[in-house]
Amino acid sequence: MPVLRRWIQIVATVLSNAYWMFPHTKGIYQGTLKSMCVPGLNCYSCPAATGACPLGSLQSIIAGLRPALKAGHFHFGTYIIGILGLIGSLVGRMPCGWVCPFGLLQELIHKIPSPKFEIAKTLTYMKYLFLALFILILPALVVDDYGYGITWFCKFVCPAGTLEAGIPLLFLKPELKESIGALFYFKLTILFIFIVWMILSRRPFCRVACPLGAIYSLFNKHSAFRMIHDPDKCTHCQECYNNCPMGIKFYEGSNQYDCIRCLKCLNESCRFGAISYEIAGMPVVKIRDRRPEVQRSEVGSQRAGNE
Amino acid sequence: MKAEHILPDSSPPQKRVFPFLLIILFLILILLGINLGEVSTVMEKATKICLDCIGVG
Repeated sequence: MPVLRRWIQIVATVLSNAYWMFPHTKGIYQGTLKSMCVPGLNCYSCPAATGACPLGSLQSIIAGLRPALKAGHFHFGTYIIGILGLIGSLVGRMPCGWVCPFGLLQELIHKIPSPKFEIAKTLTYMKYLFLALFILILPALVVDDYGYGITWFCKFVCPAGTLEAGIPLLFLKPELKESIGALFYFKLTILFIFIVWMILSRRPFCRVACPLGAIYSLFNKHSAFRMIHDPDKCTHCQECYNNCPMGIKFYEGSNQYDCIRCLKCLNESCRFGAISYEIAGMPVVKIRDRRPEVQRSEVGSQRAGNE
Repeated sequence: MKAEHILPDSSPPQKRVFPFLLIILFLILILLGINLGEVSTVMEKATKICLDCIGVG
């Protein structure tokens, strides 16, 4: 299962960035696939991007809401909200763990050997602040003379945009180098901070700053796919926490907002059968392999023996 | 490696209707958005280089 998940992450990343004609065309992909939002965070200005970033698209629509209404176009972003809501209703935050290219990057960078640090729980609420302020409120309220707002998160925060679009496009279109200023270096600094943080902590961007993860997380408790915790079998051994890419203690709640449903706890951690999942309440057959299930009583006797 | 099929031991969870209601709601929103022409707006934004995303704009 861990190998399967890694392959799905790689395939999703490649499919989200499958336009390899860009060195020849010197531009970004402009085909019809760009009308579809990808489920993960992937900048649509990346030269290889084949789909639209849902966050960028949503901000653009909100930023252009007033002029659109004046022109008689009732574009409230229902198409994008519908796509995100549909995904969230089905699987909650699972796209973060399985198909988000930036999530994959964070997991790979975290493998670099270094001292590791946990992220304070209070910091994880900041992503909701980013969602409310930078995606919804500021693009709608702070507008120019013509009524147009700006894409605040893309412009001032998004490290994925800097990494996937900003840096590659400077190589692809050298004339852009003349236009870069303090803002570019500010965004470069944010990217650098997050890369260092990725080495030290598990998925810091997902946990602290990602508005897309914040949207999906709101569905975790009500999505069709849900995790189940069996307290009778759980020994609080912390193995799920040690292996969790989001630093979740599963026994404190089976569908916490930060759970990305990567299933590492189920497949690689819990030996006590305390973790399973269900789909819309329908009984789910869990396929177990390799690890023999251990009973709580056996653990108790092992501990007693050790003592 | 032998695969084994096991049902969770705890009492079976009740079937939930709420996710399906959410799915229907968001499908309606998608269709509404398509009907209002938002697909072309998304396409239009996504096919242009976003200078804001680069930090140049």
